[in-house]
Amino acid sequence: MACNDVLRPGHVQLRVLDMDDAHKHYTKRLGLIETGRDAQGRVYLKAWDEYDWFSVVLREADEPGMDFMAFKVRDTDALDRLEKAVREFGCNVERIPAGELEHCGERVRFDSPTGHTFELYAEKDFHGNAVGTTNPDCFCDEVKGMGAHRFDHCLLYGDDLDGTVKLFREALGFDLTEQVMDGDLMIGAFLTCSNKAHDLAIIRHAEKGKLHHASFYLESWDEVLRAADLISKYDISIDIGPTRHGITRGKTIYFFDPSGNRNEVFAGGSTWYPDQPTITWTTDQLGKAIFYHDRQLNERFLEVVT
Amino acid sequence: MSECIYTVSLSDTGESYPCSDEQNLLRAMEALGRKGIPVGCRGGGCGVCKIRVGEGRIRALKMSRAHVTAEEEAEGVVLACRAFPLSDLRLAVIGKMRKNLCRIQSAPGAGHKQT
Repeated sequence: MACNDVLRPGHVQLRVLDMDDAHKHYTKRLGLIETGRDAQGRVYLKAWDEYDWFSVVLREADEPGMDFMAFKVRDTDALDRLEKAVREFGCNVERIPAGELEHCGERVRFDSPTGHTFELYAEKDFHGNAVGTTNPDCFCDEVKGMGAHRFDHCLLYGDDLDGTVKLFREALGFDLTEQVMDGDLMIGAFLTCSNKAHDLAIIRHAEKGKLHHASFYLESWDEVLRAADLISKYDISIDIGPTRHGITRGKTIYFFDPSGNRNEVFAGGSTWYPDQPTITWTTDQLGKAIFYHDRQLNERFLEVVT
Repeated sequence: MSECIYTVSLSDTGESYPCSDEQNLLRAMEALGRKGIPVGCRGGGCGVCKIRVGEGRIRALKMSRAHVTAEEEAEGVVLACRAFPLSDLRLAVIGKMRKNLCRIQSAPGAGHKQT
């Protein structure tokens, strides 16, 4: 159900081991902009082409990973409808008061069969992007590092993949754009609430609640290559790339933040319309599905999570 | 103070490599094109480069408590990407890749079971 009650990924809260190191990585290297800090010491960041106050929140902790991922919904009526839907699905649901995350309205937090915590919210303060809305320039030349345009999606790892896919399709109205199948067993699901190739992806994995990567959008392959140059120049921990995925068709590079959380920057990717059929990848072609050029599975890419 | 170069020996393979006290144990291995300790995130987060220091002394930076408890750290169990040598070392590799997806490929339906 494209462009319905759930609009888009809104924010992700990531745990980091050292805030100074993480701040440097996400601002100077990835190119996000700091928009605030709160009394808990959390740092709020946004990309240059995002309008709302923040899309990434960093929290210092003893172990890295993802605290929660949130989706912005159409309005407060939609928030009420969706709260009812996830409650009826069987999720544990709680309302987080407005202002708990600064500049963010009331949030509906719920758990999922794969052990991840998700949130929905309708309201977040408008900050404005870097170019404005009247006769805007096409780019921001003050942006740092890779110059990420927006927070785009997360790929998560967890055990009850079928359950979380059902939750997102049936309760939240997401579409399944692509799937990886091992016979009758689904091992990967790419889900969208919009017309992107994915707003959320989930891979079957023995442990609950793991983060594979948080992904940020770039405009072009040239920008992906420039990100690769910066990864070498600043000795950032590389995972794999630049390369291209068969799944989603994205042109991509993966690397790690200083706490070991994987990041992706990517460009392109296929377009989804809700009348399209789901694309299926089979495990005998998994190399090509994941890395369209090498066609070789990569142990670190498949197994390293936080 | 100038840097000191120590010798890191891996009990599992019998191999050894030099490592500066300004370089973490994993990075020194990688920089020399050597193998033996699995390489993951290189940031103390994923746990695949977990090692036990059998002989020698190290200093360690903050690492994920999901993978190394305070008790383990006190006994010389650390992540190689966050550990720097203070003497010659002998290490045993504890960490490994889990290979879940590969196992699922060979055994459909086994996805929920942790090895």
